[in-house]
This record gives sequence, structure tokens and C-alpha cells, in this order.
Amino acid sequence: MAKTQKMRVRKHRVVLNRSVGGDTGIFFFLAIMGIVMFLPMLYTIMQSLKPLDELWYFPPKFYVMNPTTKNFSDLFRLMSQSWVPFSRYIFNTVLISVGGTFGHLILAAMAAYVLAKIKFPGRNWLFQTVVLSLMFHTTVASLSKFIIMSGIGMIDTIWSIIIPAWGSSLGLYLMKQFMESAVADAVLESARIDGCREFKTFWVIAMPMVKPAWLTLIMYSFKDLWNTGNVIYIYSEQLKTLNYAINQIISGGITRAGAAAASTVVMMAVPILVFVVSQSNIIETMGTSGMKD
Amino acid sequence: MSAKVKTHSNDEVKKPVARKDLSKAAWTWKEMKKNWVAYAMLAPYYIVFLLFTIVPVIVSLVLSFFEFNMIEPPVWVGIQNYTRLFLADDLFVTACKNTLIFASIIGPVSYIMSFCVAWFINELGPKLRAVVTLIFYAPNIGGSVYLIWKTLFSSDSYGYVNGILLDLGIITKAISFFEDAKYIMPLCIVVALWLSLGTSFLNFIAGLQGVDHSLYEAGAVDGISNRWQELWYITLPYMKPQLLLSAVLAITQAFGFGQVVNDLCGNPSTDYAAWTIMHHLDDYGGARFEIGYASAIATVLFIVMVGTNQLVKKLLSKVGQ
Repeated sequence: MAKTQKMRVRKHRVVLNRSVGGDTGIFFFLAIMGIVMFLPMLYTIMQSLKPLDELWYFPPKFYVMNPTTKNFSDLFRLMSQSWVPFSRYIFNTVLISVGGTFGHLILAAMAAYVLAKIKFPGRNWLFQTVVLSLMFHTTVASLSKFIIMSGIGMIDTIWSIIIPAWGSSLGLYLMKQFMESAVADAVLESARIDGCREFKTFWVIAMPMVKPAWLTLIMYSFKDLWNTGNVIYIYSEQLKTLNYAINQIISGGITRAGAAAASTVVMMAVPILVFVVSQSNIIETMGTSGMKD
Repeated sequence: MSAKVKTHSNDEVKKPVARKDLSKAAWTWKEMKKNWVAYAMLAPYYIVFLLFTIVPVIVSLVLSFFEFNMIEPPVWVGIQNYTRLFLADDLFVTACKNTLIFASIIGPVSYIMSFCVAWFINELGPKLRAVVTLIFYAPNIGGSVYLIWKTLFSSDSYGYVNGILLDLGIITKAISFFEDAKYIMPLCIVVALWLSLGTSFLNFIAGLQGVDHSLYEAGAVDGISNRWQELWYITLPYMKPQLLLSAVLAITQAFGFGQVVNDLCGNPSTDYAAWTIMHHLDDYGGARFEIGYASAIATVLFIVMVGTNQLVKKLLSKVGQ
């Protein structure tokens, strides 16, 4: 099968089966798609930097002429005027994000370790319920979740957001798949022979080996919790989240368009930053995540 | 029973207590007692997971056969909720139609788009790849950043798109994109696709990076002569586990599409143009407190989601066979 081999050298390495035309096409496709994806984000940032007269300009300009940070200071001024002290909303969101993420990480890692590394009756069945839960959107359960929560007295407490987050199924799934390949059985076996108890083996030996999966779980859990808006489980104003409070402020009318854009930028910056920090670890975790049929 | 146990015992001879001495139930019980630590470590996660994810589905299923308003005790009505849903509720038919349109476009398109972008990104160097990944993934994690589409397409003087169209003389009067039933559906699909490069996308990037490079070299020797053949004969079969997981995530995401519509078009959208089963469920459960009826809707949606997933899983498992 000695067909003519198309080989090219790209940055000092040999590349197989790549034509110049194809590479160019792909470059343009990516560039155009990238621009389409990025423009709305860029417009949000532009809006947040526009002074009032530019926001009112008709027809609207895409670029900002005289960038200002006034929208951001306006946002903080509006925050300080709110009925419940704004620090309270920030505190709630931080508490939810940190408490929910941390609990999820520990609980899911512990369960994932058992599912990946210990053989016991019911293991397969338990994991299959998690796989099943990836197949439906949690909204179908929200109504009965409300009934269950009111049954155990969790309605209108901060726990109604934190505790369900601990049981997120994607996190357990990713952690279990990663544990299976990243933690060698031989290492665990030798620890057990040395008299290490199961929990200690998990905590001291297995946990440090799955750091990329930690960061993945943290990113996923954090971005969901950080964006928690108005949920049906919470009525009290002092338990509401930052996202909810900001939405209240910016729905106050057209004069707040600048502050609205500023708040969107502030809210999105945090999860994006978390992703930037953990990106390579997330890709590494995902590499093991495939589903066997 | 005993015959079954005997066949098992042949390959389990190394066990300290011979399995053949015990009945299946007794052996299972013994294994369970031996592994009590495993159950103890599983318990915290599984209690939360079952209580807030699996039990609600079962509760929904049960309640769908009752009439219940949260105040009075539930009354058994048999399949009456379902007959009403399918035979007497015109809006539900609209909701089903819209949900199917959304899901059948958003699901496959976002899946293929995620794969193509991931595949193309894989050709880039590590640094550029990280930046491009971020650009494509950012809308998905940016929280409520999709609200910018409302500004872009608004009908007042903020509307950037209307501004351009008026400026160019294409239209003479501003279009109310998110209020006009004609435009709602296509626009919502565009926004959904913009948001859709999520976990499946990252999953594809990771899968592509994981393909063993010696396979490509071997493939080239065996006569693979372009990137499409390489994709079809080497990459796709190798990535089957990733293809499956991404499909599951894409389908679930496509069916769960609802909140974005509320935020962009209001609830309900004009002429129910983007009214989905999700909205129907929300309306009866959250607003009218017809819990039994809403549970029937939730159960139908659950069956549709899981059914589609199982079907697609079956189809994808045939890839490369």
C-alpha cells in the first residue's frame, strides 16, 4: 500500500495527512466561529465601559469611545442603597458556593473512591443510577424536591441550596472515572497490607493522586452555585443570593443599562477566572470520562 | 438455584470461604458485612443524591396518579391526569411540538458543532489551544451573560441589530425580535447554540488529545491519506466512550432548555411561540399548584429524556462495529 504519503513539517514536527488547503479552511472556520462566539461577550464588556451619553447614542455604536469605570462605581453605589445590606447577599453567595463545592468534593470523592476501587455487592447498580441521572434534566424533579424539602424542614434555609449541591451526579461520575485510571490498584493494595484502614487509604493515598479531578469538580460546582439566582426554596430577603440582588437592581429601568452590563461583567468574571486557572486539569480529568456502553 | 451456585464456585475457588457452601443471599450478605466500610463511605453522598435526585422522580411518578394541591390530602384519580394531558390539553401539544423542535435542532447541532470545533482546535499548539478553548467555552460558564442578546436584539434605541438594519435601510421600522412570534423560535435556537459549547465540548477536546499518536502513524502506513479518513477510521472509533458521554450530556441539555426563553422572551412568550414542556410543567406546578397534573407532565418529560438518551446510546454504540 505504498500510496504517496502527504507529509508536512509544521513547527519542526512531522504532520501526517494534512493538506495546506484544509489547514487554511480550518483556520478560517475557527476564526469566524470564534469571532461570532466572542462578539456578544465583547459587546457586554463594551457596554459596561460606555459613559451614559454613549449608551444613549443612536444608532448604538459597538465600540466605546471614552471608556469609563463609572458604571462599576454606579453598581456599587446602587448596591449600598439596597434594603438588606449588600454584604449580606455577597456573604450568602460565597457561603453557598464554598459550602456547596467543598461538601460536594469530599462526599463525591469518597463515594467515587469506593465505586472505583472496592468490590462489593451493589456497586454496579449504584453507579448505574448515577449514569441514569445524567440522562434527565434536574428540573423534572424540582417540584417533588420542593415537597421533600418541606417535609424535612429545609425550605427557606440556606441548606436548601447547599445540601442538594453535594449530591451532583456529574461530579461523582467524572471523579469515579478519573480514580479508576489515575490511582493504581497496586499502590492501594500495598497500603492495605501495611495496615492502612480503608478511609485512611482513601484520604492519604488516593486523594492526593486525583488533584486534577478536584479542580474539575470545584469548577463545575462553583460555577453553578455562584450563578444561583432566585430559587423557589427561599423566601426570606436576607437569604437571597448576589445574582438575585443584582437582577433586582438592574431591572430598575433603562437608566441602569450601564450598571446592568457592569454587573454581568463582574458576575461572569469569577467563574471564567476559575476556569482559566483550572483548564489544563479539567481537560486531563475529562480524558478519562468516557462512557462505556 | 444450587446449579447456578455451582457454576459460580468454579471460578471463585480462591475465596477464603468457598462460595459453594453458601446460598447466594448468604454469600452476598457476607460480602456486604465484610465491606461495611465501603457502604459507610458511600452513604453521605448517596443519601443526598438519592434524596434530591432519584426519590423526587419516584415521588413524581406516584403523584401523577393523584390529584394534589399541597394543602388537602392527595386523591387517587388513576390515569386521569394523563388522559387530560394528551387528549384535552391543547397547550401541551404546542409544548410538545416546540420541545421537539428545540431538542431536535439544538441537540444534534450543538453536538456536531462541539465536535468540529474541538477537532479543529486540536490542530493548534497548546497555548493557542487554551485561549481558543476559553473563547468558545466562556458563554457557557458566564452566568447570565446571554442577556446581552436581549440588548442586541431589543426594539428600543438600545437595539444594536435594529440600529444597523435601520441604518442600512433594510427595514424602516424597528422589529420587536423577542416579541414577534415569527422570530422568537429561531433567535432562541441561536442563543441556545451560542451557549451550548459546554461539558461535551471539553470532553471532546480531552478525548482528541488522548488518542494514541502511533495509531495515526500506523494509519498513514496503511494508506490513510487525508484528515477525513483519519477521523473516520481512527479517531472516531477510538473516541467512542467520549462520543457516548457527550451525546448524553447534549441531549439532556437540549431538553432542559427553558429558563433562557423566559429571560429573553418573557413568560409566556408571545402566542406561546417558544412554550416548551418545561414551561408547561412550571406553570402547573409553580403557579397553579396542580401538583398531580404537573407530576404527570414531569413524568412524561422524564420518559422522553431518558428514552431518547437510551436510543441514541444504542445507535452510537454501533459506531465502528
